Amino acid sequence: MSINATLIGQMITFALLVWFTMKYIWPPLFDSLEERKKKIADGLAAAEKGQEQVILAEKKAVNVLKDAKEQSSEIIASAQKRANELIEESKDIAKRDAERLRLAADAEIAQAIQQAKEGLRQEVADLALAAAAQILGAEIDKAKHQDIISKVANQL
Amino acid sequence: MATEAHAAEGATGYIIHHLTPLHVGEGFWTLHLDTLFFSAALGGLFVWFFKNAAEKATSGVPGLVQNFAELMIEFVDTQVKDSFHGHSKLIAPLALTIFCWVFMWNFMDLFPVDILPLIGSVMGIDYLRVVPSTDLNATFAMSISVFCLIIFYSIKIKGPWGFAKELMFQPFGPWLLPFNLLLKLVEEIAKPISLALRLFGNLYAGELIFILIALLPWYLQPVLSFPWAIFHILIITLQAFIFMVLTVVYLSMAHEDH
Repeated sequence: MSINATLIGQMITFALLVWFTMKYIWPPLFDSLEERKKKIADGLAAAEKGQEQVILAEKKAVNVLKDAKEQSSEIIASAQKRANELIEESKDIAKRDAERLRLAADAEIAQAIQQAKEGLRQEVADLALAAAAQILGAEIDKAKHQDIISKVANQL
Repeated sequence: MATEAHAAEGATGYIIHHLTPLHVGEGFWTLHLDTLFFSAALGGLFVWFFKNAAEKATSGVPGLVQNFAELMIEFVDTQVKDSFHGHSKLIAPLALTIFCWVFMWNFMDLFPVDILPLIGSVMGIDYLRVVPSTDLNATFAMSISVFCLIIFYSIKIKGPWGFAKELMFQPFGPWLLPFNLLLKLVEEIAKPISLALRLFGNLYAGELIFILIALLPWYLQPVLSFPWAIFHILIITLQAFIFMVLTVVYLSMAHEDH
């Protein structure tokens, strides 16, 4: 169990190993570790940011929804108002039409009555004239007494 | 049991055989081929695995290999950041290398004590000590390298005069200079020695106990080696961890200006 030249050999081997590790092994592995750490940190930050954005978007959506609801209820209210107005308007129009039709019918009826009266008057006059003619015979000249007969007829 | 040729030498022979490294050369210029081979092979395995992971490294979803490599990187990086507050490109990779390499050295201890030497003897290798951390040369090589780094960084950060001042004037002020110097030198030199001996002692003792268990009758072996192996899993990880953490702590002390 003596110290001998093996020591020197071992020291050379050791130096070579340390050199190799320092040069070719440690840096790439350590860098990849650091890089992965950075990637994970970035990913976590991005996820956090995304979550914040989701929360913001949710808030925004709630606001938009609220606005939309308000607007729609406004629209519904105004539409109902408009509908009521339309109903009222059409009711008025219908009433007016009905009145007009009634008046027209009344006028027609009046006219018809007038016409009937005219007809009757004419017929009565004709009848009276015929009767008078038969009663008076040839003495009465139709042309001569036309005025008188017309006056009488008009008094009916 | 050991190879037939050595069985005759009895229990002592068996133990000695297991703790004798495969070596060439004489005196100081002896080389423990098994230590060199296994530590280099394990180092190669470590480098191959992590290089593989590093090449395929993406910042996207990691694969199984990358996942494991990243687990180790995170673990080491946490330890380094906990005790080292400066900025250094060397310390974290150094800590990773130390932890993984020492762990793999120690892990060789969990192979059955006879299986690799048996394979070796079939291949014509008589002696084979497979756990590099039971070789003082391996543990001292690492701790002396760390010690050199401690001295290097102490001088680099504090300047030669700053480092000398720290050695001479602390902790008792300039009037007790020789005493300070002695205390500081012992403190500095104790660092690599304690690092190396702690690892070596734990693993050597652990290996020895495995060898002793292997000497018992076959029906007793599982009863003892199973709990010891489970306990050893804790020890090998802990020793690798201690070596790494102490290295980081010593280097961060070297970086601190008083």
